[in-house]
Parts: sequence; structure tokens; C-alpha cells
Amino acid sequence: MKITSPSFSDNAHAALGDANLQKALLNVEKGFIGKRLKAAAALPEFEALRDEGRDLKNHVLAHLDLYLEAFERKVVASGGQVHWAETPADARAIIADICRRLGAKTVTKGKSMISEEIELNEHLEAIGMRPVETDLGEYIIQLRGEHPSHIIAPAVHLTKEQVAADFRRVHTHLDPARDLGEAVTMLGEARTVLREQFLVADVGITGANFLVAETGSTVIVTNEGNGDLTQTLPRAHIVLATPEKVVPTLEDVDTLMRLLARSATGQEMSVYTTFSTGPRRTGDPDGPEEFHVVLLDNGRSAMLGTEFEEMLRCIRCGACINHCPVYHAIGGHAYGWVYPGPMGSVLTPTLVGVDKAGHLPNASTFCGRCEAICPMRIPLPRMMRAWRTREFDRALNPATQRAGLAVWAFFAKRPRLYRWVNRIAATVLTRFAGKRGRIARLPLAGGWTSVRDMPAPQGGTFQDQWKARRRAAAATDSETRR
Amino acid sequence: MTARDAILAKIRRSLKVGGADDGDRRAAVAERLRVHAPGLVPARGHLPARARVDLFVTMAEAVSSTVTRVASADAVPAAIADYLRSHNLPQAIRRGADPRLAALPFADQPQLTVEVGASRGGDPVGLSHALAGVAESGTVVLTSGADNPTTLNFLPEHHLVVVRASEVVADYETVWTQVRGTWGEGQMPRNVNLITGPSRSGDIEQTILLGAHGPRSLHLIVVDDLEPTDS
Repeated sequence: MKITSPSFSDNAHAALGDANLQKALLNVEKGFIGKRLKAAAALPEFEALRDEGRDLKNHVLAHLDLYLEAFERKVVASGGQVHWAETPADARAIIADICRRLGAKTVTKGKSMISEEIELNEHLEAIGMRPVETDLGEYIIQLRGEHPSHIIAPAVHLTKEQVAADFRRVHTHLDPARDLGEAVTMLGEARTVLREQFLVADVGITGANFLVAETGSTVIVTNEGNGDLTQTLPRAHIVLATPEKVVPTLEDVDTLMRLLARSATGQEMSVYTTFSTGPRRTGDPDGPEEFHVVLLDNGRSAMLGTEFEEMLRCIRCGACINHCPVYHAIGGHAYGWVYPGPMGSVLTPTLVGVDKAGHLPNASTFCGRCEAICPMRIPLPRMMRAWRTREFDRALNPATQRAGLAVWAFFAKRPRLYRWVNRIAATVLTRFAGKRGRIARLPLAGGWTSVRDMPAPQGGTFQDQWKARRRAAAATDSETRR
Repeated sequence: MTARDAILAKIRRSLKVGGADDGDRRAAVAERLRVHAPGLVPARGHLPARARVDLFVTMAEAVSSTVTRVASADAVPAAIADYLRSHNLPQAIRRGADPRLAALPFADQPQLTVEVGASRGGDPVGLSHALAGVAESGTVVLTSGADNPTTLNFLPEHHLVVVRASEVVADYETVWTQVRGTWGEGQMPRNVNLITGPSRSGDIEQTILLGAHGPRSLHLIVVDDLEPTDS
């Protein structure tokens, strides 16, 4: 996938002006936030489970090499194979080899963000195979030649009218005059079209929410059942996963499962939680004959032991995205790569470089909601700040910004001068604003005032007001004590 | 150096491990895998048997499963025939070789055709027997194999699942104890499916609709095999 993160500002600007997108984005707040809150409140142990989840993942990361070895042993013992891939190119080659050996023509796919990371569809097409996304959202964006705009709701940026237009454009074997006014009709149409693909597929590729070291199982969590048809009907099931998905035991999956659906969609439990272990057994009437797990590192191992290690606890629930005011405003595509929102702002610079993705950790209001709701208690704001620091240290941010920071630093280190200048600035701005109390144009901040007015300072500077309040509080305090 | 060794070496380098303390780390991992201790288990499902079954039914209905409770296994074929009639479906189902399903008195419903084996996509209704029900979330647990082929869980539009009341457990942890008892420590059948309601999607404008790729309806037939003395 072409990285457009460097043009984040332009992307965001375009997104703000996109009427369809703005309409569709209203569904994010409406669809996720209240439901999560309700589901979390309905389970008294939810907050304690978050602590357990965090500790569990920390334990796994500290013993990651050993759990991966244990997982591999169990996969092999149950008749499957583990393929290790350091880079996206390695993972693509492994998958292409398996598909070629089986003479695959149609390859069905369950939802996998890692397959986006390695541009798997493009490469399968290049070697003459037909990858078919089977998650409804993924299918819709595949028809449009787009990429997911959300890690669990890939087509959340679209209105149902846009989806209807795509179905009409692509499903030309159906009556052009059919009614596609309701989402339920489109769901039925996609079900029929994709059912044929499931039945002819030669290879099925899924991601994994968890890998279980105890049993060599891979686990997927879905609501549609597409991941299950993808892995059960073809001759081979390929699982594409990254190393940090491993957990020790089945009981550990329980802990994370209780956090995942509640945080993601506000469900008590997703509809299908599927444990897959090895290929079909002797006497089994269905299931794949081959079972392959492709373990892709792509930079994860290098995050261990750094200030970004905690990001590896992420279970990809998407809650940070659902609660992010920046995401609500611009949607996922503006972020310019696979992972949007706060988790993407931390992960993308790690995987593609801060030189390309430095804008992302800056696109934050630092409201802290993401950390407040993260089921794995990942300190996302702290890590975004760490990226900002690195960006500054490597002089990657623009000269004007650096100059501005230098000016601010000069005053900040001289507190008396800082207060004095602030007082003058407040007075000047108040005068400048006049009776309206708002400033329509500010020199050096024209971009900011071009779309909004700057409210004039009211009263003294923050520090003056703070001091006055403290004094008043102290006075009341001694008054009461007396 | 293979990719495997390279990745493991990178992990060890980043973690600054692999030296003398490695024995302790290995012991800690082996112990955790051997003991597989439950973590924090929510109290919700921990109820006396009858109340646990009631919770299971409540939770299942909350996720749009439908439920029929019957007094004994002998009443299952009639419950199936009723379901098919009330949904205007042909009197035909497909099931696996599970002896508990094979023992049902299907002869009581002469109009009902029962085929046996995996589905290839042409069956409107599949019948399975659950390994267990989980009260905590109204989930049914199905395991792959000739007894209950996995295709029956996903291809038919209607999925009927028989659950014994005595096999409705409080939590997933109890299910794993049962799975280990049947398949052995560290062993699993090809698939263990935890199914919580019928298939659904919210991918168009975040409106939840039932019947995406899997069954449009999940109908649970709960057989009351609890002892009269069970509270």
C-alpha cells in the first residue's frame, strides 16, 4: 500500500471537505462509544480484567522467544507447519509458493490487517490468482480499489448509497433495476455472490487474533462467519500472524476474549470465536487438508526493549480509534497507511519510519481518551510524545515550527520575562479584538484563523489568574480553620 | 541463518536475554503451560444448575438466538419439526454422526427427512449437538469431526443446536477442562467453535443485520436432563 502519511495535512484537509465521509463518520461515535460503555458497565470485573490483560501480555513479551518455540512445536505436532518471515517480501513469497504448489486460482480471505501491511492482494493478482475478500466491509472496499479506513470496520467511511452504487457497478449479472435502498438487501446480495466464491476457493487465508502456545491453535474472532467458511472449505488454510499474538494457554485467551469484543463493538462476545489446530484429522468429513502459519516479524522484534514495547500488547480492538476526536473528524484514510487513529499514530512510525509518518503522532489533541479506554492500558499519548521528541531530535519537523519552539523555549527558560511578555500579549490581544471579543486574523497563524476566530483573552494571564485563585483559596482555608 | 533463527535471535537481543538466566525463563514458561491456571473468572455464571441454565437462555436470547426448552431428548424431533413448520421450511435437516443425535426418535416424525454427513452448501437446515453451553454469554461450544461436521455450523441458513442442561457450564474455563479431558493435555480437535448468536454484520453504516455469511438463525434446543434434586 502506497504510504501517503507524509501528505497528512492535505489528506486531512480533503477529508474535512468530503461530505459523504463526514456523514459516514457520524456512525463511528453513534455506533461504538455508547455500546462499549454499556458492555463494560455490565461486567463488574471489567477493570480488573484490563489489569490482568496488561500483565498477561507483559509476561508474554518478556518470554516471547520461548512461547513462539512452544507454539511452533505444537503446530507441527498437530500436523501443521510454521513459516517464519522477517519481511513482507518473505511472507508474500511463502504464501505465493503454497498457492502455486496447490495450483490455486481463487484465494478467499478473512479479515487480516497484516495482509494489508504486506499488500498481499496486489501480489496474488500479479501472479495470476484471484484474491477475494469475504468480510463484508473488506469486500466493499476491494470492489472500490480502496484500503480499510478502520481496523475493525473497514468500510465505515462509506454511506449505504455509495455501497449500492458499487454493487450496481460490479454485480452486472443482476437486474439493474433491483432495489438496493436498504442495507439488508445489499447484505443478502453480498452473501449470495460470496457464497459462490467460498465454494470454489482453493486456498483460504485468515489472520489471527491469538496464537495459543499450549495447543498450537490459532484463534479468529468474527461476527459474520466469513473467516470460518474461508478456512473450512478450501484445501489449505493459511494463517497470517505476527509474533506478539501468542499467548500461553487457552485460559489466557479467555481473559483477552472478555476484553476484546466489549472494547471493540460493545458485544459481550463476538458471534464466532474459532480455535483452529492443524489440518483436518483422519475421519473428519470437512476442514482443510493443509494448515500453515506464517509468522511475520516486520519490525516487531525491534520494538521490544524500547519505549514502544508496550504497543505490542495491542489486541486490535479499535477502541482508541472509535474514541479519537481526530479520527472522528478525518476518518482513517487521511492517516495514509494501514493503521489509523492513536494506535496507528504510534505503530506507523515504528513500521514505516518517523521520517514518513512524523505527522501522525502530531495529529493528536492529547485528550487522553485512548489511554483511558484501551483494554490493554497502553500509554498511547506517552508514546506519541516520544515520537514527537524523536522527530525533533532528528530535525524532521519544519523549520518554522522549530523556530517557533526555539522562541518559546527562550522565554520558558526565563520565567519573569515569560510572565511579563504574556501579560503584554494578553493586553494587546484584548485591545486588538475590540468589543467583539474575537480576533478574525492573526499574523503568523493565518492558517488557523482562516477557518475560525480566535477568542480574545479574558482577564489576566493564566498564571496571574492561578496565583489569584490560590491566594483566595488560602484565605478561605485559614478563615475556615479559624 | 534461517528466518526462524534470525527472528528469535532478534527477540532475544532486544530482550537482552539468552544468557545464564535462560533456565529460569524456560522453567517459568514450562510451568505456566503445564498448570494453565485460570485468570480472573467473572462471577456471573457461577450459579446453581437451574439458575445457570436460565442465565444461559437469557444471554442466548439477548444475542438473537432462539431457544426451545424440552423435558427430555425424546422430545427433540418434535421440537425440530415444529421449528421447521413455523419457519415455512421443508421438513428436511442434515446432521453429523453424533450418537446422541442418532439415538433421537426421528421415527416419531415420519415426514422429516434426516440426512447424515458434512454439508456442501445445499442444506437449508443443519443440526448439531453441542459439547457444552456457556452461561456467562449464552455461547454454544461445538467441536469438529464426523460427529458434528464444522460445515453444518456455517453453511445452512438455519442452525439447530441441541444442548443438554447438565452440560451448561458457568464459564469458558470449565469448557477447556472438559476439552483436555476428552482430547488430552495440549490437544485439540481441528476446530473448536464458540458460537454466540446467529451471523451478523454492521459493515454498512454500522447497522447490525443478521445473516451475513453464516446462519441467519441459531436455534438452541435445551434438553432438561437435570436431576429433580438439582437446585
